[in-house]
Amino acid sequence: MNGNTLEVQDLKTHFFTRAGVVRAVDGVSFEVRPGEVLGLVGESGCGKTVTGFSILGLVDAPGRIVGGRILFDGTDLLKLGEHELRRIRGARIAMVFQDPMMTLNPVLRIDTQMVEAVRAHQDVDSRTALKISREALERVGIPSPESRLRSYPHQFSGGMRQRVAIAIALLNRPKLIIADEPTTALDVTIQAQILYEAQKLCRESGTALVWITHDLSVVAGLADRICVMYAGRIVEQGSVDEVLDAPLHPYTHGLIGSVPSRNRRGSPLTQIPGMMPALVNLPPGCAFRNRCPRAAPMCLEEPRLQEHRGRLVRCFYPMHA
Amino acid sequence: MVFVIRRVFQSLVVVLVMSLVVFVGVHLVGDPVHILISDDMTQIEIERFIQKLGLDRPVHEQYFHFLANAARGDLGNSFVFGEPALKLILQRMPATLELAFAAFLLAIVFGIPLGMYAGLRPESPASKAIMAGSILGFSLPTFWVGLMLIMVFAVMLGWLPSTGRGDFMTWDGLRHLALPAINLALFKMALVTRLARAGTREAALQDYVKFARAKGLSPARVVLVHVLKNILVPVVTVLGLELGGLIAFSVVTETVFAWPGMGKLLIDSIQRLDRPVIVAYLVITVLMFVVINLIVDILYSMLDPRVRLKEAKA
Amino acid sequence: MSAAVEVLPRAEVGTPFRRRAREFFASPVATGSFVALLIIVFLALFAPLLAPQNPYDLAKVTVMDARLAPGETGSAGFAMWLGADGAGRDMWSAILYGLRISLGVGVASGVVALAIGTAVGLAAAYRGGWLDALIMRLVDLQLSFPAILVALILVAILGRGADKVMIALILVQWAYYARTVRGSALVERRKEYIEAAHCLALPPRRIVFRHLLPNVVAPMIVVGTLQTAHAISLEATLSFLGVGLPLTEPSLGLLIANGFEYMLSGKYWISFYPGIALLATIMSINLVGDRLRDVLNPRLER
Repeated sequence: MNGNTLEVQDLKTHFFTRAGVVRAVDGVSFEVRPGEVLGLVGESGCGKTVTGFSILGLVDAPGRIVGGRILFDGTDLLKLGEHELRRIRGARIAMVFQDPMMTLNPVLRIDTQMVEAVRAHQDVDSRTALKISREALERVGIPSPESRLRSYPHQFSGGMRQRVAIAIALLNRPKLIIADEPTTALDVTIQAQILYEAQKLCRESGTALVWITHDLSVVAGLADRICVMYAGRIVEQGSVDEVLDAPLHPYTHGLIGSVPSRNRRGSPLTQIPGMMPALVNLPPGCAFRNRCPRAAPMCLEEPRLQEHRGRLVRCFYPMHA
Repeated sequence: MVFVIRRVFQSLVVVLVMSLVVFVGVHLVGDPVHILISDDMTQIEIERFIQKLGLDRPVHEQYFHFLANAARGDLGNSFVFGEPALKLILQRMPATLELAFAAFLLAIVFGIPLGMYAGLRPESPASKAIMAGSILGFSLPTFWVGLMLIMVFAVMLGWLPSTGRGDFMTWDGLRHLALPAINLALFKMALVTRLARAGTREAALQDYVKFARAKGLSPARVVLVHVLKNILVPVVTVLGLELGGLIAFSVVTETVFAWPGMGKLLIDSIQRLDRPVIVAYLVITVLMFVVINLIVDILYSMLDPRVRLKEAKA
Repeated sequence: MSAAVEVLPRAEVGTPFRRRAREFFASPVATGSFVALLIIVFLALFAPLLAPQNPYDLAKVTVMDARLAPGETGSAGFAMWLGADGAGRDMWSAILYGLRISLGVGVASGVVALAIGTAVGLAAAYRGGWLDALIMRLVDLQLSFPAILVALILVAILGRGADKVMIALILVQWAYYARTVRGSALVERRKEYIEAAHCLALPPRRIVFRHLLPNVVAPMIVVGTLQTAHAISLEATLSFLGVGLPLTEPSLGLLIANGFEYMLSGKYWISFYPGIALLATIMSINLVGDRLRDVLNPRLER
């Protein structure tokens, strides 16, 4: 028992499709402490969303978790039956999805969708559940929660809807929140607000937060630690300041370099050439080999995660080495 | 409210147009006079006969006469029975409605759960069997199924009566209702099943279902509340329109099972060229149709809150 | 929002037609139905050659054979494998001839309805404006009434006879074609290649026929098969009710109707076998159409 809220060990989630086996998550490990914010960063298709779903056991066919352990407060979630998992979902681990318009059922009222989340886990009557819901809406800064409760999702703006989704996540005071690109669909000012409040929340209540995103600028201000994922694997892991100031993996370096604000005005944007390989058809050796400016014959072997300057890197030739 | 009034007005227009079409059309059907008169009537008697039935007036006069009478509830007398056509139809209506509603209920009660199951587990063998069954269901010609049902259950097994109608809501009545209702329901049940399956499959893939599971809700609640409410909208719309179809299609079942409803009367009237009855049937049916469509529209706006708001803004 | 799964695109071999054909035949059910359909069409086309007896040639039929059970031998010396009907006609022969008529009427009415519906739908989509609105109102009005009711109204108005039945069947079907074609055409019309053709100042008729039409064909085929099955079923129903084809053109529906009176005395074969033939026809068309819909639908993934 080492006090980690979440400990993912060598998680492997594969999709068995007609075209072949897609190794969406292929040996991912990380830990999150109480009150800590972990950023899970990578481009589309790298497996970060599937990682999030795997933790909650929401991977649908043709996908399946094929290996590893997921320790939540010491208990291996992968060994639990569906019934026990359901008691954890929405209560001790909560998830916020990317697009709130899709995650809120359009034909049901907000209060219905909130009350059911409360009553699935707490033995209270509907009046109490309504009270809890109203308080949650207040906490995320939604004005006049009474009337809002009786509305339908399409009557809210995008930012408000996402706040509702966050409120739902908070209803049962979870110990861990997994947020999958929750601010991607919102504009920048709202995004900033929500980030600020998320951080405040974690500090105050000791909730661990896994923030999944492709946007480096988001994690820069928010996360304590960061994991960079590529092609189903973690390629770099460490504290946010260290990783972003002095990235060791060429991919991380490329990601940071390609953020527009970092480039000098007038000069062409730095890009990482090429595209992430299809997960069903990974080249042998290092998955980043074909796009890496530092690739060498050694890279035909598969690199393992190595300790380097207090962090973990998956590369034979880390930068600043 | 404006929405409702507008729809009602539209419906009235449709009814009026249909009555014109029906009347003008039926007017062109053969010459009923020659069927009804006996060979030894004298010319004078024939002319008096024609005058009595009003068949000698110009067409448009007959139409306005018809409309005025229709507004009063008088759609003319049957050439064959001599009784008011409307009365004949209305007498038979309860039987047809009983049959149609029974078939409707059967289609929903069996169709929706079967369809939802097939949608939730599309790869299971039971699901494939259900889909195969549904194709069979709407390929089978209704009248032939009726015959086979009679063959098997009435003649060979002797479990259920083959023709006629028992009293409403009695055990005997239900026994008589069973085969015709199943017969009429089969086609619609197949359609409902397919519809429910398509809707469920689409709904099950939506994010809000995954989110509901992420909240830790029981699968029962996810399916019965989240999925069902979403598929109800398209299903109810189609079902509502299908009810009208059921009433119309009961013509076939009534013929096979000698069920004393409006449909059988219509077929006989077509064959005997009994114009007032044909017109009365068509008017009543069109009216029922329009009313059902209206109710479905209103129900639809109530079930899907997005429609209501859109109309309110318009 | 669902997990990003990268799947290799299928190797694009051969023309689109060949690809689709391969996909179509990948399903054993669809292949079986297609074969069955071919057999049925063959039987119908060559009925006079295949039937042991022409059931409507009064000289060949004798009432001595009436109601023979399946398998018994008739007076002409051949075994009647499906039995004989009330007038002594060999059921197998009657079914073959009946198939001919049922299929013929169904397909003919379908083709005419398709032509009319397509023309109307294309016109509506291409012209737009008030013509489009008017046509669509008409189509919606007609489609809101069940086919059987429309058919009965038409038969009540027009009277009985083969040509009237054809007219009724055509009128019942054209609206589906019109609506489908218009829908596809509208989608296609917005695409760039139509604008390009416009810019080249090609005459409207050319644009419609050479450019729009080929892309609209796919949904038309699907609707066509399903509607044809429906038309065959409708004609059979009308004939069964006695308001369809006259006695001189005995379709399967009429055969079944003839057998009705013998049901209660246990002579099932007079209605049963024609019914099986009808069912086989309708079902194979439906299965083929179903599969076509899956194959030709670009959005469907499995």
